[in-house]
Amino acid sequence: MFMFTMSKLRSGKNMEIPKSFLGFKRENGRAGTRNHVIILPVDDISNACAEAVANNIKGTIALPHSYGRLQFGADLELHFRTMIGTGSNPNVAAVIVIGIEPKWTKKIVDGIAKTGKPVEGFHIERTGDIGTVMKASKKAQEFVMWASEKQREECPLSDLWISVKCGESDTTSGLAANPTVGNLMDKLEPLGVHLCFGETSELTGAETVCAKRGSTPEASEKFMKAWNSYNDFILKEATDDLSESQPTAGNIAGGLTTIEEKAFGNFQKIGACKFIDVLGPAEEPKKGKGLYFMDTSSAAAECVTLQAAAGFNIHLFPTGQGNIVGNPIEPVIKLTANPLTVKGMGEHIDCDVSKILTREMNMSQAGDELIKTTIRVANGRLTCAEALGHKEFVMTKLYRSA
Amino acid sequence: MSQTDLIIHDEKDNVAVVVVEKTTKNQECNGWIMENDKTINITSINEIPLGHKIALQDLKEGDTILKYGHDIGKVVKPIAKGDHVHVHNVKTKKW
Repeated sequence: MFMFTMSKLRSGKNMEIPKSFLGFKRENGRAGTRNHVIILPVDDISNACAEAVANNIKGTIALPHSYGRLQFGADLELHFRTMIGTGSNPNVAAVIVIGIEPKWTKKIVDGIAKTGKPVEGFHIERTGDIGTVMKASKKAQEFVMWASEKQREECPLSDLWISVKCGESDTTSGLAANPTVGNLMDKLEPLGVHLCFGETSELTGAETVCAKRGSTPEASEKFMKAWNSYNDFILKEATDDLSESQPTAGNIAGGLTTIEEKAFGNFQKIGACKFIDVLGPAEEPKKGKGLYFMDTSSAAAECVTLQAAAGFNIHLFPTGQGNIVGNPIEPVIKLTANPLTVKGMGEHIDCDVSKILTREMNMSQAGDELIKTTIRVANGRLTCAEALGHKEFVMTKLYRSA
Repeated sequence: MSQTDLIIHDEKDNVAVVVVEKTTKNQECNGWIMENDKTINITSINEIPLGHKIALQDLKEGDTILKYGHDIGKVVKPIAKGDHVHVHNVKTKKW
């Protein structure tokens, strides 16, 4: 394990939680844990251009993806919301947007510009890749040199927007890694952070218990509406019992038997918190501090991409068998309680809580360790996923294109 | 404190999770109930790997498996106390 040797068993006293972290203050008042300059393609066919610019200008990253042509309706709205949200995330200092044609490119530029950060768009038609790469590279160089002078400053802990999602779960997730995240939520929620959990389909079996955690009848009702809609879609498309998709083959190898068992394990991540609102995919929270549920896919990269696009600036990812996902703009912190995962693939694990299973560590101590890890990463320490180059940026597509 | 071989979430549960690398046939296992900090003993009648579940009582077809104090599926083949509980004898009630 790379990050910490666990503190010795203590007398159950909670540590004092730091009041601040070192972040990058942005023009709109938010704070970032990272300082990326991104090259954002509007559509699949602009990936080559975006990647060429990122190759030319060191310190920038391209975010290639597979979509952005002929989408319509709610699916197109989600595409724009994800693009604009990604560019607007406070972990991003400045943005170059590249699309095939000017109209959609401008729509995304204008959306990101509302944050006040530097953003410029380029379109390829009538210029071609080579000319566009040259123009965009010049601007990208200007942006990255400007961003490189930004300094970390002390920011209140409440500037952390923490999203959570678990993956390749097994029974150790529900026993220990997920409740560790729940313990962190219980401790940080009163300090005014924003929190977000999702994975609509992976709450199946625990949906009525989860709905009761709405802080208002409206929030509970909104949750059930989102869950019912997702469940109806699964029932409509399913050709068998979803074996090896829910639970996954990895889940089953790790001892999880049914979706219900997986769901109750998943649900441990929110501790005793109540959710104040239900967000659509990639929708920015608007009701202030507290816990939000977001209607997302349960696939790791899709879910984290949506949460990052909603403005979350640090992610906690408990795993059992060892999901290795990362995100290009939102650092993804891995924790596990499975000693075999720590032993076999420790280079992916930021926080080891396997001692909960041997009862050498209690949940509160594990929660404290995770808080320490979270603040170190917020201050700039690379996550394992960042050091290993994981930059999974996966757009959610709702249905076929026109 | 003797080594914990199994953890049980809730007193109502009829399954426990193996938290050692594996249990062996006829092993006397020490189980810890997280909810109330009680311990129980049960004999494992099969080899059961880390993370997999063991039945805390005899279960017959149609019975409900309780974990976290909640319904997590139905028994589709009889399971003896101390035996391995997994996809071969338990199915979802959902999909």
